[in-house]
Amino acid sequence: MRPEELLHTTPQGLYSPAGDFFIDPTRPVARALITHGHSDHARSGHGAVMATRQTLEIMAIRYGEAFAGTVQAADYGARLDVNGVGVTFHPAGHILGSAQIALEWRGCTIVASGDYKPGADPTAVPFEPVPCHVFISEATFGLPVFRHPPAADEIAKLTASLALFPERAHLVGAYALGKAQRVMALLRAAGHDRPILLHGAMEKLTAYYRTQGIDLGDTRPARDASPAERAGAVVLCPPGALADVWSRRFPDPVTAFASGWMRIRARARQNGVELPLIISDHADWDELQVAIRATGCEELWVTHGQEDALVHWATLAGLRARPLHMVGYGEEEGESATPEAEAATTPAETPEATP
Amino acid sequence: MNRFAALLDRLAYEPRRNGKIRLIADYFRHTPDPERGWALAALTGALSFRNAKPGLIRQLIGERTDPVLFALSYDYVGDLSETVALMWPAPHGLNDTEPPPLSAIVETFTHIGRAEMPAVLTALLDRLDETGRWALLKLITGGLRIGVSARLAKTAVAALGDHAPDAIELVWPGLTPPYLELFAWAEGHGPKPETEDPAPFRPVMLSHPLEETDIGRLDPAEFRAEWKWDGIRVQAARAAGQDGQHVTRLYSRTGEDISGAFPDLAEALAFDGVVDGELLILREGRVQSFNVLQQRLNRKTVSPKLLMEFPAHIRAYDLLVEADEDLRERPFAVRRARLEALVAAHPAQGRLDLSPLVPFASWDDLAEARADPAAHGAEADAEAVEGVMLKRADSLYLPGRPKGPWWKWKRDPHSVDAVLMYAQRGHGKRSSYYSDYTFGVWTEAGELVPVGKAYFGFTDAELIEIDRFVRRHTVNRFGPVREVVHTQTEGLVVEVAFEGLARSTRHRSGLAMRFPRIARLRWDKPPGEADRLETLERMIGDGDGGGDQSHAPRRAAAVLGKQRSPAEGA
Repeated sequence: MRPEELLHTTPQGLYSPAGDFFIDPTRPVARALITHGHSDHARSGHGAVMATRQTLEIMAIRYGEAFAGTVQAADYGARLDVNGVGVTFHPAGHILGSAQIALEWRGCTIVASGDYKPGADPTAVPFEPVPCHVFISEATFGLPVFRHPPAADEIAKLTASLALFPERAHLVGAYALGKAQRVMALLRAAGHDRPILLHGAMEKLTAYYRTQGIDLGDTRPARDASPAERAGAVVLCPPGALADVWSRRFPDPVTAFASGWMRIRARARQNGVELPLIISDHADWDELQVAIRATGCEELWVTHGQEDALVHWATLAGLRARPLHMVGYGEEEGESATPEAEAATTPAETPEATP
Repeated sequence: MNRFAALLDRLAYEPRRNGKIRLIADYFRHTPDPERGWALAALTGALSFRNAKPGLIRQLIGERTDPVLFALSYDYVGDLSETVALMWPAPHGLNDTEPPPLSAIVETFTHIGRAEMPAVLTALLDRLDETGRWALLKLITGGLRIGVSARLAKTAVAALGDHAPDAIELVWPGLTPPYLELFAWAEGHGPKPETEDPAPFRPVMLSHPLEETDIGRLDPAEFRAEWKWDGIRVQAARAAGQDGQHVTRLYSRTGEDISGAFPDLAEALAFDGVVDGELLILREGRVQSFNVLQQRLNRKTVSPKLLMEFPAHIRAYDLLVEADEDLRERPFAVRRARLEALVAAHPAQGRLDLSPLVPFASWDDLAEARADPAAHGAEADAEAVEGVMLKRADSLYLPGRPKGPWWKWKRDPHSVDAVLMYAQRGHGKRSSYYSDYTFGVWTEAGELVPVGKAYFGFTDAELIEIDRFVRRHTVNRFGPVREVVHTQTEGLVVEVAFEGLARSTRHRSGLAMRFPRIARLRWDKPPGEADRLETLERMIGDGDGGGDQSHAPRRAAAVLGKQRSPAEGA
């Protein structure tokens, strides 16, 4: 059989004709399997949704309890059956609740990994490689210029700046789901014990992380903080807020941004960032290679990001590899700070789609 | 080297001018001689390493990485040094000893032969981290591009003590790296360095563009007006050296000595002082268009034929120094009177004349003159007028771009509505966005033909919108270039503003725009309603006669500060 009979691209996203379901569809569909809670992967309005319990709870927080017709929670490692296709969710290490989805049908295994990272993260269950025939990978940082330094070193840059400018608030742009909580956890691990101030967009999700047993120390709404509390404080906000009127309440702040994009100087400057923190929730170039090899796959499909480079590498490494030219992914939290991002709402033509 | 690399790294991210000055001054304060002097030389562009060519760096990375991955990475990052610094496969576990200091690196690369270069550079790249590699490659290839001008670095030297930045400028021309005497003087423990150059560059005074909203607040009686000439800003300095021989130098507005390119002009000057004016080409007493001037600017060698066909000329509008007297602290009206006398007394060789004042009693008068220079005194030279300059009669000659004393009021640029056809990723500040745009207009046959390329004019927010449009509407990929949809009903209309048109063989349309930029995005406009080629043909009809078949590249003009590429503005 051809793997495409089990899974192929459509304008709505990856579709399984064998099991009649979509994975991370960009438009409302009857049945959807969701890898993780970022808004470019998890959308509201599907008929039936299957995801990890934490992803379902995150979706309920973001879209309301009625975000889907019916929901079904999938435990990591538990094999479920969807219209005759074996479905297993495995940890992806991207954010809390994130999963890779392994499909088994007639002896063929395809793993749709969603977004993933093999590196350590105190707020997510570690990524585990899943043996498969076809591995579907993102390539957000699929270029050899992207090698993420240890996150602790980047946090050290932030704490050094706090020591150098104790009177200035440090605004740290970070995606509201996942990155923000990881930065907080890393700061606590580095011994930073002052209250961390939060932009309003982060409060609910941060509270949810706490209910999941992740200790983030003392956090407070930034809007209630006095000028004395703001001075020298770490203030977490969505990247878009860095240049927004919201940031004007902090006199002379240091502008930081926690993202893998900060590896590229022009990217940092384009966003007016003075303190770039290279902290990413995606695999870097080396990690992509290690992760792909660890699956033992024969074939690699690349969803979004720098697909040309990753496909080139995989071909040299002896794999069959092709880009899926998928549109609509890579825009975590709808931020313009990642210009690779495609529109969240209107998927364009996908030439590879086989009807 | 680590310290210098850290300085460059911090500077690259510091947006504030004062922040940059503080960072540099702080580095000078805490870095011993001669290290800080070599850093100052690097920041002011005083260093050049002839054997460190980008080609060599490409070769070295090519030997170590896959060519396709390098090409994709370079296309993405948009900067050779940074791409190589990030991609360089440094061997693990190399010794952790401190890399050599900046002075040793400068020494090495100054004297090294071409044959030894690859091995030496490779060994250094292996020992440095990402930031160190980036700084080293920026340093030796001579393009720091971290938003620090020579002026800013000198201001940081001034900040070490209580000298004014201009005082540093005045002693600067006679100094060489590592500037021990300059630092000693700046820190107050050495005598003032002697300037040996009799004709040094004086930092020029620049103007602000006049907005319609400004004009209501200005009193016409306080201002004098001149034509704004479409040439190259030039400073001519002439003085006797210690041996009694006169030295004549022509400087661009950034202080680059361009005398070598204009020996005819330098020889013809006979005054004693410093004149500020516009470099123009005159034929039979008539100013030629900027297109003509460009043809002279681009030549590597100055042939007798070139000198004859493109005679250079200064149209003077200010006098900074006369004999030993510095006039910069005197009002414009006084300097103007002195200039008029100097030009009147200058031997009449047709090489130096006076930029006339444009009389006006009200802003309406001046608006009329600006709209029709030919009828208001510019006569046959009107085509080389790109607007008017307003200068307060009491304005002192202040280096830099002080707001208030001088204004430029340009003629309205031309504009057309064109359709976006191709987009390419940008370099420098805008790397990794699709920011270089080729646009076209309709022919009578209903075909879209490219008429130009623009890579600035839009805001950062608009850049992101266009970038998104390009990604979503790609119909074809040619390497780094994407073709976007451009039919009668689908596509993006951009309003393109430009300064002029010339005939060109470079574009299929037969036209080339001067200084095109994206003035507005017309999401509202269907592509079918964009302008037609015949509209542009009509514009060229009333231009400079369309006689210039060759449209010279702009690089020389950019060097002279006439047009800055967006990368330089970064």
